[in-house]
Amino acid sequence: MDKRRISLVLNHRPTELWVDPRASLSEVLRGEASLTSVKHGCNVGECGACTVLINGETFNACIYLAIWADGKEVLTVEGLSDEEGNISDIQQAFIDEGAIQCGFCTPGFIISSLPVLERDEVPSRDEIRRQIAGNFCRCTGYEKIVTAIQKTARARHGG
Amino acid sequence: MYDFSAVYIPESLEQALRMKHDHPQARILAGGSDILIQVREGRLAGIEVISIQALDELRGVTLEDDGTVLIRPLTSFSHVSSDPVIRRCVPVLGEAVDQVGGPQIRNIGTIGGNICNGVTSADSAATLKALDAELEISSVGGTRRLPYAEFNLGAGKVDLKADEILTGIRIPRDSWENTFGHYIKYSQRRAMDIATLGCSANVRLSKNKRKIERFRLAFGVAAPVPIRAFSAEAVANGSLISSELIENIAQAALKDVNPRSSWRASKEFRQHLIAELTRRATRAAIEKAGGTL
Repeated sequence: MDKRRISLVLNHRPTELWVDPRASLSEVLRGEASLTSVKHGCNVGECGACTVLINGETFNACIYLAIWADGKEVLTVEGLSDEEGNISDIQQAFIDEGAIQCGFCTPGFIISSLPVLERDEVPSRDEIRRQIAGNFCRCTGYEKIVTAIQKTARARHGG
Repeated sequence: MYDFSAVYIPESLEQALRMKHDHPQARILAGGSDILIQVREGRLAGIEVISIQALDELRGVTLEDDGTVLIRPLTSFSHVSSDPVIRRCVPVLGEAVDQVGGPQIRNIGTIGGNICNGVTSADSAATLKALDAELEISSVGGTRRLPYAEFNLGAGKVDLKADEILTGIRIPRDSWENTFGHYIKYSQRRAMDIATLGCSANVRLSKNKRKIERFRLAFGVAAPVPIRAFSAEAVANGSLISSELIENIAQAALKDVNPRSSWRASKEFRQHLIAELTRRATRAAIEKAGGTL
């Protein structure tokens, strides 16, 4: 099928890509864009391992056509590091709290936590659980993930 | 790669209607959270699609001059629930769609896609039935209006002709003014699950708050399609609020439904849920309206 050109801001950089209209955004991000933090888990929008931020909202990239990203701002975990490659506070909190075991689900969880970290106040554990309800982790039992997110929110709001 | 035999990408509604006319066999792809999964699973492999995702003219909620709440079909669940008009006029609809899937699904799933799929478990369906919504359906030939009550023809079948696209969902002022609603979704899990049963009730009370002026009740998964419970409504309309009345409404609701057994739940359990959720949703709606029991 003829490829179509899309223009997007990918991890803060204006980017142009030629994509097959049948391709999912996760395929294009992992393929042409080499952003392999985006995982293929279930491929049907259930597990959240492919979660990316598009215009500030979370989406499962596996059930999002790449052509739909035209004109959008897309953020993956690779876009959270600074220019020297230092990781962000939320990534560090996942490490410090042991919120990572096998690590497969981690990029999706980190992206899913971003909207709740943007709020004006520290979210409750229940609010965090609701925000990450579309992400599955089969190792940690979620407690440490919730703790890592809440800890980051507290730190951002001055402890 | 999704197994599509053709992807049509209109840049305006007008173009989309033309494409639907020229390719009547093509499926409309809105948010894709149902269709893309069915393509992946093979059930819809090889289909042609018309992707309307980028058509912002089909997105958003407005309050019309006559008080009608007009919801454009591509509005995502999360945008429905956070919309100021929805929160002010029909908060029950926002509460209902806030129970769909998880955050990512609520960001991509659209209210129009939810009802056009015609499944009985659609979280928006019971509430839109209970609000007596009206649909705006367009084709190259023009636009028609259809009561949502007449839209579902059977399981997964809706009254959309091959060249038509849903372009609006209207909730008339009379359906929401001085009216208070409550939706309850019963499911095995609190997220990422499909309703075992959905129940949406709304009431308008008399001035002294002791009598039900108008009662509307609708269900998802209580029949092959989402349905209104007209006998239950007839019991409630014009009646004084009492515990006995709530019980009579719940018993009447059982006559309106036709639930089946599935792997999720037996027919008997669904009947139990129908009566119990009716009691709870009705009580909650009465309390929101300022009535007491």
